[in-house]
Amino acid sequence: MISPKYHREIPQRYRLEAGKCKQCGTISFPPRLICPKCKSKNFETVQLSREGKILTFTIIRVGPDKFSKETPYVVAIIELNDGARLTAQVTDCDVNKVEIGTKVKLVFRKIQDEGKWGLHCYGYKAILI
Amino acid sequence: MIGIVGYGSYLPRYRIKSETIAKQWGMDSGAIKRGLMLYEKTVPAQDEDTITISVEAAKNALARAQIDPQKIGAVYIGSESHPYAVKPSATVLIDALGIGPHVHVASYEFACKAGTEAMYVAYSLVKAGEVEYALGIGADTSQGAPGDALEYSASAGGAAFIMGKEKVIAEILFTHSFTSDTPDFWRREHEYYPRHAGRFTGEPAYFKHITNAAKSLLEKSRMIPKDFQHAVFHMPNGKFPQEVGKKLGFSKEQMEVGWISPWMGNTYSGSSPTGLAAILDVAKPGDKIFMVSFGSGAGSDGFIFSVTDEIKYVQNLAPKLRDYLDDNKIYLDYGQYAKFRKKIIVNE
Ligand SMILES: [Zn+2]
Repeated sequence: MISPKYHREIPQRYRLEAGKCKQCGTISFPPRLICPKCKSKNFETVQLSREGKILTFTIIRVGPDKFSKETPYVVAIIELNDGARLTAQVTDCDVNKVEIGTKVKLVFRKIQDEGKWGLHCYGYKAILI
Repeated sequence: MIGIVGYGSYLPRYRIKSETIAKQWGMDSGAIKRGLMLYEKTVPAQDEDTITISVEAAKNALARAQIDPQKIGAVYIGSESHPYAVKPSATVLIDALGIGPHVHVASYEFACKAGTEAMYVAYSLVKAGEVEYALGIGADTSQGAPGDALEYSASAGGAAFIMGKEKVIAEILFTHSFTSDTPDFWRREHEYYPRHAGRFTGEPAYFKHITNAAKSLLEKSRMIPKDFQHAVFHMPNGKFPQEVGKKLGFSKEQMEVGWISPWMGNTYSGSSPTGLAAILDVAKPGDKIFMVSFGSGAGSDGFIFSVTDEIKYVQNLAPKLRDYLDDNKIYLDYGQYAKFRKKIIVNE
């Protein structure tokens, strides 16, 4: 059962809401309580850029049960245009065409289902542009 | 002035060709291409559904409208493939786009015309002064039973329209709806694929309802087909919209821009709305647009739009329908398609 956690994380998963430190400007995603750089507790909510590039990636050929029908697929660490970094699946692509530095855009997709009876869980994935 | 202040469309990247489907079932794809004028159709990715398509289309509509999402007071999504039997699709969408929570949302269903219902109600609420802006969306990831004629057409895509009073890009001049109890196509609860009455879906259903709505709309507006630069009708295949348009007196040229079904398939609730989006992508100030949807069951909603000067400032603010239709296509074979559409029985 992942529903309560899923619900709590909606602002970051759906809208890419991050915490920007009011003291030093560091962007934390997902949002944190204490700035990792200057230890400040003062944050403002900002929305991350939806475009960026692939810093590094891996091709998953044997996936966990829930994703076993989607293999092979790419999971990448992405640097967005505002400097924030996040991990996301790269969807709608030939896995052999993904390269470090490839430009991507974040789109709204279904991430997983809670089995046949549970919730559909949505969030961001990347597509090549 | 009341009408569309922002619009957006979305189509998945995956495609399957008519010959790929025909080969699977030992059918002649020539007959499908000539008879129904269907060459290929969109297929949703495994991680796409009516909600994700609606979100992407509405994101494009917001980019064009350039308004604060918080000012949208109503959101309606029309679809026959809402991911939940109980839980409105728009609850997810509003959180994804930063709309609400002070917002009225609902899901509409009316076979292929649920999208224009959403547009009509959104427009009416703005007209009534109940809300400043309202968002109406038509989107679907429709399914045809394997081997059925619908398998060549049932596709995925959608379009979103924000209605408002300021900076209108396409004023809505007239609307008209025509509805009757016609058993041409249906799906009972818990059934996976819809049933249809074969040939009965043509004359007494599609043609009758569109023709009646269109004629009433022309009478109401005292306009004639020649007054319009563009016309779009519901596109269950490539052939029907051309036939009904011709019968009503519209030319091939008037229907050309919105006629996307031969390469897109039938996006059901997204069908005539995506056609309208394709028209708005290229429309010029002063253009008049004629639109009539059709939904089995059966009914049609008709609209007459008048494009304003504002259109030229918004067209390039988001991807266009033709960008989605022509670029980045990924073709599937039948096995991949069957897997994508969950037509293969697997152990959970
Ligand atoms: Zn800091």
